[in-house]
Amino acid sequence: MPQVMDADRMSRALTRIAHEILERNRGTGELALVGIRRRGVPLARRIAAALHHINGDDVPTGALDITLYRDDLMRQPVGPQPVLRRTEIPFSIDDRRLLLVDDVLYTGRTIRAALDALIDFGRPRAIQLIVLIDRGHRELPIKADYVGKNIPTSPAESVQVRLIEIDGVDEVVVDHAEAV
Amino acid sequence: MLRARHLLGIADLEPGEIEEILDTAEAMKEIAARPIKKVPTLRGRTVVNLFFEPSTRTRTSFEVAEKRLSADTLSVAVAMSSVTKGETLVDTVRNLEAMAPDIIVMRHSSSGAPHLLARLCRSTIVNAGDGMHEHPTQALLDAFTIREHKKRLQGLKVAIVGDLLHSRVLRSNVQLLGKMGADVWACGPPTLMPRDLPRFGVTATTSIVAAVERADVVMMLRIQHERMHGHYIPSTREYFALFGLTPERLRGAKEDVIIMHPGPMNRGVEIDSDVADGPYSVILEQVSNGVAVRMAVLYLLAGHEAEGD
Repeated sequence: MPQVMDADRMSRALTRIAHEILERNRGTGELALVGIRRRGVPLARRIAAALHHINGDDVPTGALDITLYRDDLMRQPVGPQPVLRRTEIPFSIDDRRLLLVDDVLYTGRTIRAALDALIDFGRPRAIQLIVLIDRGHRELPIKADYVGKNIPTSPAESVQVRLIEIDGVDEVVVDHAEAV
Repeated sequence: MLRARHLLGIADLEPGEIEEILDTAEAMKEIAARPIKKVPTLRGRTVVNLFFEPSTRTRTSFEVAEKRLSADTLSVAVAMSSVTKGETLVDTVRNLEAMAPDIIVMRHSSSGAPHLLARLCRSTIVNAGDGMHEHPTQALLDAFTIREHKKRLQGLKVAIVGDLLHSRVLRSNVQLLGKMGADVWACGPPTLMPRDLPRFGVTATTSIVAAVERADVVMMLRIQHERMHGHYIPSTREYFALFGLTPERLRGAKEDVIIMHPGPMNRGVEIDSDVADGPYSVILEQVSNGVAVRMAVLYLLAGHEAEGD
């Protein structure tokens, strides 16, 4: 299983994204980060830390669980429901520029669900999308504003982002999925 | 995941399943704090609330939970239904089923009624209280409320005081608390004491002082006048004098004790108003938590619905 990103590269990609955020938004005023559970949340915290490191501002950071908004939730004939985790957005999102953070952008369906969820919390001025990996194969008209790394993949492959906070190691690997 | 596709009683749940429901409810609770208190999860699903017994809290709590999950709900008021014209329970439910609901939430005065329907129906059945048998979502919301305050259930002393004999809340709670490792005490007059309590690992006593002594949780049960067709207690005044929860009786409990009541309360019968409205009371929290717990149950059961199609 080839590693496509190690801890060093991941950290540099996140720092670069932090700079791009500042450039594009001319500072951190009205900004807020929202990470999608599970791995978007530590990534959002790291970007917040990088922003703090660059210009000393603290950007509010929240966590969003999109399980209840999934479009495939009630479609499997029988099976366990996905584990529901807590959504924590301890600030008003009205009129903010929201930076939505996820680890991998693939079909775009997770982001569609996240956008629906966020709209239930208020009316942000804008939502921008940050992903660590864009692996292509979109099924919905969704595009990331900030990308850590583009990785061309085939649908048969799986992209695993591992983070110290959850998996004990920082790396991205591409696996060939088991033959179906 | 939940193994069964119905929720009939705590008896059928394993500790891991109880924890899964409580953890899911924790995530559901946040939805009540949003500007738009609704998620699209059960869109297009139909839930029938079938209450053959009066209920305000449980019925509205289920309705709110269903609506917050975007299910279509309909509540059948039995007093105005064909049941009063002599239709049997099974026929009533078969006719409702012909309209293809996904989940039926039911309360019935006969113990075991939801179990009977679960065998005959294609819908998922949720027991919202059956006679003197079980009231699983009440025990789950009680456990959720305790866990929120104490961070655990294991090892807590929980005193349950009141009309034990007629209480389905007691039967569900002793099983749930027992499975989760709490030390359960039950206190009531000998005439209202079920004989099978020791089977559930419960310490039975007629002394409220002993029950409340060093308790982490005191759960008061209602005197159920509507189920008392015999002379179980001489008078409500005497009952209050011997078993009512007063500020004085509460002194033996732990400093951070919480007081619970499944409602509806009979003030001055089983509980003094000063205690019910006092600083240790979490009675209204129980009501808000009820919605989150019922959302969790509906969400987890919805994964099973298509079975048998």
